[in-house]
Amino acid sequence: MASKKLDEQAVRHVAHLARLNVSEAEVRLFAEQLSTILDYVEQLGELDTDDVPPTAHPLPLSNVFREDAVTASRPVEEALSNAPEREGAFFKVPKVIDQDSA
Amino acid sequence: MGGIVDLADDIRSGRTSSEEAVTACMEHVDLHDRKLESFLSRDRTYAVKRARSIDEARARGDGLGLLAGVPLAVKDNLCTTFSRTTCGSKMLGRFESIYNAHVVQQLKSAGAVIVGKTNLDEFAMGSSTEHSAFAATRNPWNRLCVPGGSSGGSAAAVAARLVPGALGSDTGGSIRQPASFCGVVGLKPSYGRVSRYGLVAFASSLDQIGPITTDVRDAALLLQIIAGHDDRDSTSVNAAVPDYPAAIDRSLKGTRVGVAREYFGEGLNTEVADAVHAALDAMRRAGAVIVDIHLPHMKYAVACYYLIATAEASSNLARFDGVHYGHRTGSPADIVNLYAASRGEAFGAEVKRRIMLGTYALSAGYYEAYYLKALKVRTLIKRDFDAALQQVDVIASPVSPTTAFAIGERLEDPLAMYLADIYTISANLAGICAISVPCGFDSSGLPIGLQLMGPSFGEEKILAVAHQYQQLTDHHKRVPPDFE
Repeated sequence: MASKKLDEQAVRHVAHLARLNVSEAEVRLFAEQLSTILDYVEQLGELDTDDVPPTAHPLPLSNVFREDAVTASRPVEEALSNAPEREGAFFKVPKVIDQDSA
Repeated sequence: MGGIVDLADDIRSGRTSSEEAVTACMEHVDLHDRKLESFLSRDRTYAVKRARSIDEARARGDGLGLLAGVPLAVKDNLCTTFSRTTCGSKMLGRFESIYNAHVVQQLKSAGAVIVGKTNLDEFAMGSSTEHSAFAATRNPWNRLCVPGGSSGGSAAAVAARLVPGALGSDTGGSIRQPASFCGVVGLKPSYGRVSRYGLVAFASSLDQIGPITTDVRDAALLLQIIAGHDDRDSTSVNAAVPDYPAAIDRSLKGTRVGVAREYFGEGLNTEVADAVHAALDAMRRAGAVIVDIHLPHMKYAVACYYLIATAEASSNLARFDGVHYGHRTGSPADIVNLYAASRGEAFGAEVKRRIMLGTYALSAGYYEAYYLKALKVRTLIKRDFDAALQQVDVIASPVSPTTAFAIGERLEDPLAMYLADIYTISANLAGICAISVPCGFDSSGLPIGLQLMGPSFGEEKILAVAHQYQQLTDHHKRVPPDFE
């Protein structure tokens, strides 16, 4: 299995992918701990799984459909009741599109 | 406090009232929970009011549900419109759900009075309840030890007889392992048996909700109430719900109990092994047939699980973004900073570690080597169990390799913590049902658990064997000395 020890640079990259701020102390700690865990999971490489289908789910379920019927939805006030910040009937966030990223 | 079935009978027949039972329960919690910190929140006003309404319904002669007036607790990753739903996380420290989980609705419809929400490892990620952002719950048998986890609050509260029963959730052993550490009964139903609607998702292909009780009869009753199809969880299977309380009377005579040597290898504490073998001997004497079976891929379960569970968790926890609910950072520079800072500030170390591992296992270049590989190994593990359960009715094993460990002992060593779940994880990967029942105590007085696993949607089988075993022993009747 193609594993190598996760270095600090890789930890920073993964943290960015996960949109997760981590401190420098956490970067060092996670590099060590995650590498230990990755070493442990290496043992899966002992198994020949070329002809084994993956199991994503324990039940043989296919899509479950329902009638496309109109039903009551949550009142806006309820849906917004836990919002950290709101404006009118909306969740409020910082500007998403600016000149640099547009 | 007696068990659920007995208390429900007492309330129905008028020997006691729900208000008396609920008030006694809340006083017990007030008196003892400082020593345990098994509850994160409780609402006495709400509970007493609800108990009175049950008593009034009874006085009017209204039909009463199977749990009418009985106080129960639920793990704090189950959404309730009363109290907060924190998941043991700073992320949801002030979160108030706008709906009830399906299982909460089911308990309420049956007349139960939910008195509070119990502690857990943050987002159910852990095996000791030390990863709660709010408190480390202690084991009622020895308060220097962990209660197990992640449903450690539910298990400790039931073991200390603060409540007669509680719900937990189990993704890799989070009901069974704390039940074992605390000397109570914990049932993980088959995947799809119970709706997960309103359970804050950790790993969606593994999570199930189930009961923690003092005996198997009570577990069968709670399963009866919470099992069944619900349109709001498309993975809840539309299959008839058997009469579980009736199923437990089936005799052990002729029951084939499988024992796999893979569960008795290196790392298993000898006192735990001896207690499990003693339980098997007791079942044999009562007419069960012990059959040797083989589960060759068992040793890969922990590795397989920690790739799949963390991959699913990294995806599920993406919803905590500081926008719709939960913690938001002070003054974000931009939207990416809003996400990353809110998450970095509010998630604890174990949750971060798992999001990182899962993100890595799913990331470009590693997906096939880690995540896809784990899904294939999951197939091999599932095939082992499917084949074994053709030969036997149930499979018996220890629940965990050791009894409860000391608080702090494994906090710095995530892998050692993960190995506490080595015997429980396979049931989640295979989607089968499993139960933990007390089968003895070690030399320092800590409880030992016996695990019984059965086929998918075969809860009647494991409940029957577990109940018949409890007729032969009284381990489950012992109460921690400080809580008698």
